[in-house]
Amino acid sequence: MNDILEKKDEVIIPQLEQLEKKGRITKMMIICSKGTLENVYAALVLANGALMEGIQADMFFTFFGLQAITKAHADHLHTATVGNPAFMPGMPTILGGLPGFESFASFMMKKEMEKLDMPHVSEFVQMIDAAGGEIYACKLAADMFKLKKEDFLPEVKDIITVGDMYTLAEGEGTHFIFI
Amino acid sequence: MEPILFNGLTIATDEGGYLKDAKQWSPDLAVKIAASLRIDLTEKHFQLIHWLREKYTEGVPLTIRKVANSGIVDIKQFYQLFPGGPLKNAARIAGIPKPVSCI
Repeated sequence: MNDILEKKDEVIIPQLEQLEKKGRITKMMIICSKGTLENVYAALVLANGALMEGIQADMFFTFFGLQAITKAHADHLHTATVGNPAFMPGMPTILGGLPGFESFASFMMKKEMEKLDMPHVSEFVQMIDAAGGEIYACKLAADMFKLKKEDFLPEVKDIITVGDMYTLAEGEGTHFIFI
Repeated sequence: MEPILFNGLTIATDEGGYLKDAKQWSPDLAVKIAASLRIDLTEKHFQLIHWLREKYTEGVPLTIRKVANSGIVDIKQFYQLFPGGPLKNAARIAGIPKPVSCI
């Protein structure tokens, strides 16, 4: 019987080889330039999702995205209630600007995310790091916001230039996502 | 995918290589499926496989985070035990359907 099963092995392996030939994604470089809750989560879910598929994934945080990987702000991100027409469609824009409204909306969103077993940003970053994903901060943006290595979460591997980021992305089959 | 013929049984699998009937699973079959994924099963693998099957029977949707809270492995060990897509490969070997989680 084992002989017959061995045949199945032969079936599986050529299929994997075919996938390689089709240009299977082998590496993802996820760039996050936004610091709003939903954008940061989109970047984290995409990176983690790639790792779960056996695809290598690295992350590069820049501009306001840097806030997402600072010790001070990682778990206190907000969602935009102004300038975000898809947030509660039909709601007058002026309401979104009322004091406390953004905090309240962000609190409610985090509560819904918790129900879906979505971790907090700092835990998500830990998960990605444990899965082998590397997390980097952009040097130019870090200089602009006067952020140093010690301001970032411990999983942030380094502060690097855009050139270094491209070096990291080298190799066949790398895809980029910019958020 | 073609069915697995094992110990006189014909075991149907879906296009992703997951068993169609989790009840047809056995530890010996797990060893064979794992071998086709180039994974050698250890005691630790089996602890986790049994845990996954238990959660599947209870109807709990599986995520990496839940596995990490199982008390059996942490995330790093999980990725080391089942390389190349830990949750999917663990589900294939445990004879349970493809996990539909994004996290």
